[in-house]
Amino acid sequence: MQKYSIFNLVKNAFSNHENWDLAWKDPTPKEEYDVVIIGGGGHGLATAYYLAKEHNITKVAIIEKGWIGGGNVGRNTTIIRSNYMHDENALFSEFGMDLWRKMSQDLNYNVMFSPRGIINLAHSDAQMNAYARRGNSMRLNGIDAVLLNREQVKEIIPMADFSEDVRFPIFGGLMQPSAGTARHDAVAWGYARQADSMGVDIIQNCEVTGFDVTAGKINGIRTSRGNIKTKKVGLCVAGSTNILAEKLNMTLPIETHLLQACVSEPVKPILDRVVTFGAGHFYISQSDKGEMVMGGDLDGYNSYAQRGNLPTLQHVLTEGIAMMPFLSKLKMLRTWGGIMDMSMDGSPIIDKTHIDGLYLNCGWCYGGFKATPASGWTFAHTIAQDRVHELNAGFSLNRFSTGHLIDEKGLGTKTWIS
Amino acid sequence: MLHIKCPYCGMRSQNEFSYGGDASVKRPELNKEISDEEWDNFVYRRKSLRGKHLELWQHLSGCRQWIKVERDTATHEIFNTYKADEEIS
Repeated sequence: MQKYSIFNLVKNAFSNHENWDLAWKDPTPKEEYDVVIIGGGGHGLATAYYLAKEHNITKVAIIEKGWIGGGNVGRNTTIIRSNYMHDENALFSEFGMDLWRKMSQDLNYNVMFSPRGIINLAHSDAQMNAYARRGNSMRLNGIDAVLLNREQVKEIIPMADFSEDVRFPIFGGLMQPSAGTARHDAVAWGYARQADSMGVDIIQNCEVTGFDVTAGKINGIRTSRGNIKTKKVGLCVAGSTNILAEKLNMTLPIETHLLQACVSEPVKPILDRVVTFGAGHFYISQSDKGEMVMGGDLDGYNSYAQRGNLPTLQHVLTEGIAMMPFLSKLKMLRTWGGIMDMSMDGSPIIDKTHIDGLYLNCGWCYGGFKATPASGWTFAHTIAQDRVHELNAGFSLNRFSTGHLIDEKGLGTKTWIS
Repeated sequence: MLHIKCPYCGMRSQNEFSYGGDASVKRPELNKEISDEEWDNFVYRRKSLRGKHLELWQHLSGCRQWIKVERDTATHEIFNTYKADEEIS
C-alpha cells in the first residue's frame, strides 16, 4: 500500500496526482471467509481492521448493501467524548479516546481529530450538583472533567446568552477538555484503506438476503451476489439491525428511529468548543469549513425514512437560539436524517447471541460515531476469541431480562422521558 | 409534517400528538405466573417493522384520547386510524 506522506504528495504532484493507487479494491465475493462482517460503516470497517491487526484474522469480508461510509458514519455531528457516569460507558469510551488520539498515525490517514473540549451547560443549582457528581465519577475513572461556574463559561463561550432574565439562565457547566470532533468520512475511509491493505475484502452493492443457520450454528449468508460460507458473522448494521434480526427470527430490545442534524452557512470562526444545551437536547460545534453543526432529539416515532420532519428541527433549533441567539441570523445550508438503532436503555449491545457464530453490535443511539474505534476493537475481540472483552461485558444482550440496565441518561427510544 | 386523522377530532397536525410506540405489544395476562422472558418481551423487545406498522399515538393537545395509527415506517404514509379499543381485522 502506498504510504500517504508529504514526500509522496510532492512526488505525485509532478504527475498531476493521476497515479495514486486506489485506496481500496473492488473484489468479487469469494466462496468462503473466516469472518463476515455485515455493514460497511464505521463500526464494521473498524471491526475488520482490528480483526486483521490485533487478531491476525485476514480472511474477512465486509458486506455492504450500498457504499461504505454511506450511513450514519457519514451522517452525524462528529462529536467524540467520554463524559459518562456509569463505569461501563466511561471505561469503554475512555479506551476509545486513546484510540482516537493515535488514529491518524495508526491509519496513516488524517482523521482531523480535534480535541477542542465539550461543555455541557447547566441551568439550575440541581443540575450543577448532578454535573459535579458526574464529573467526580468521570475523574474516578481517569477521565478529565472540569466543573465551570458561570463566569468561567462566559469566558470560553461569550456568544451564549448570559442575560439574567432568560427562561434557562446559564449557571455553569461541565467540561471534558479532551473531548472533540473528527472528520467523519476520513474515519471510514482510513479504516477501509488499512483493512483492505491487510487482505480484507470490501464488497459493496451487496445486500444480505438471508442466513444459513443449522442446529443453532451459523454456516453462511445469502446475498444478492451469491452465497458465502462462513462460521462467524458480525452484525454492524445500526438502523437496519431489526430488518436482519427478523430474518434470524430474533426480536431485539431495539427500535429504529430517525435522528436529524443540520449545518448553517459557513461563517468566520466563532465557536471553538462543542457545547450542549442542558435544558433540552441540543448540541453544536463549528466545522473547519465554518458551518455551525447542530443536532438534537429524535423525531420521536419509528422510522426507516432517512429524512427528517420539520417540527423536530424547529424544536431543536429553538433550543439552539435560546442558548446562542446569534444563530437566528444564520441561513440553513443543509439538513439530513439518519436511522438510529435505539436501545431501550440508551446504551449499546456488543455481544454473542444464542446462535453459535453470530455476533451482535448495535444499540448505538445518539453516540455511534465517537464509539467507532472502541466498538470495532471490542467487537473484533469478541468475534476472534468467541468471548466478550471486559470492556464490553456490560453491553450484554440479556441485561434487559436480568435487570442490569445501563441507564446513563434514560435516553432510549422514549424521548419524552428525558 | 405528518397529518393524523384523530377518530374523535378529524385531521390534525403531528404537533398535537405524542407517540406511544408499537400497538401490537400485549401485556402478559394478570393473575398468572409470568416468566422473566415474558416480561422482557413485553417491556423491551420490539419488532420495529420496516413498512406497515400499527402504533399508538395520544392526541395530547386535543381530545387527549389514545388512538391507533397504521403508518408506513419507510414512507411515513398513514393508511388508517382507529380508536384505541377498536378491533382491527
